[in-house]
Amino acid sequence: MLIAKVYITLKKGILDPQGKAVKGALYSLGYEEVKEVRVGKYIELTFEDGDLSLLKDKVDEMCKKILTNPIIEDYTFEIVEG
Amino acid sequence: MKFAVIVFPGSNCDVDCYYAVKDGLGEEVEYVWHQEKNLSKYDVIMLPGGFSYGDYLRAGAIARFSPVMEAVREEAEKGKFIIGICNGFQILTEAGLLPGALRKNEGLKFICNTVSIIVENDKTPFTTRLKKGQEILLPIAHGEGNYYVDDKTLKELKENNQIVFRYKENINGSVERIAGVINKKGNVLGMMPHPERAYAPLLGNTDGLYILGSIVDNFVKGGV
Repeated sequence: MLIAKVYITLKKGILDPQGKAVKGALYSLGYEEVKEVRVGKYIELTFEDGDLSLLKDKVDEMCKKILTNPIIEDYTFEIVEG
Repeated sequence: MKFAVIVFPGSNCDVDCYYAVKDGLGEEVEYVWHQEKNLSKYDVIMLPGGFSYGDYLRAGAIARFSPVMEAVREEAEKGKFIIGICNGFQILTEAGLLPGALRKNEGLKFICNTVSIIVENDKTPFTTRLKKGQEILLPIAHGEGNYYVDDKTLKELKENNQIVFRYKENINGSVERIAGVINKKGNVLGMMPHPERAYAPLLGNTDGLYILGSIVDNFVKGGV
């Protein structure tokens, strides 16, 4: 089995109010070494074994088409053996 | 003229839209399930508020792939009037029928309130009963109404007069307090405030009729 691990974050420069709130909470717990917090999403997709480069293109297509909104989000993914 | 109110799984303002058209405007209206593939018999298409598909992934992200959205795109190209309210606005941006995206509110809170809206463009088919600069009151109810466009697109919106409504106060962090935008062609409107919740004195507010009534005034059979 192959597992695609997709990580989605808000684009740089786009305000992340969730990250801001989490940072505030970390500060109030004394973790003042934290410089910035960005909250994102993690999506796991499972596939049967197959051609890795074809799968990469497919996952990239899925990210562009539905999994992310390219106006406000960036993504990266990796494909690992499951 | 005949209105269609599209119903997605998770829509919850579909009934408000239906009665706003039926009782507020006295026009014909039908519910249309999101699996429908042909909308050619309708003159106006309303995408109501709610939480289509539970707002999973992103608000509107899954609904925009419903079969009916291809039909909405076709009717939009014909020039028919399409109005997306709240979740409907989110679906239209996800579908690329309107520019920009709606993010989580700046303050992270779901805001349910009646707020002042300023009319920015009174030349659209949705705003001819209003005057530029006029202040109206409309209910809002959203957690993800924080409108975003990049600087380049914002410039284009301004050049083409596509910003239709602004909030009087910054309530959710939207770029330049934008509350509603229209497409370049001028027949597809998206807005976060709810005109369909303000169509009768019994509801305490009739300001929504300025917008819904304008649609009737400007109706052209077959699209603009």
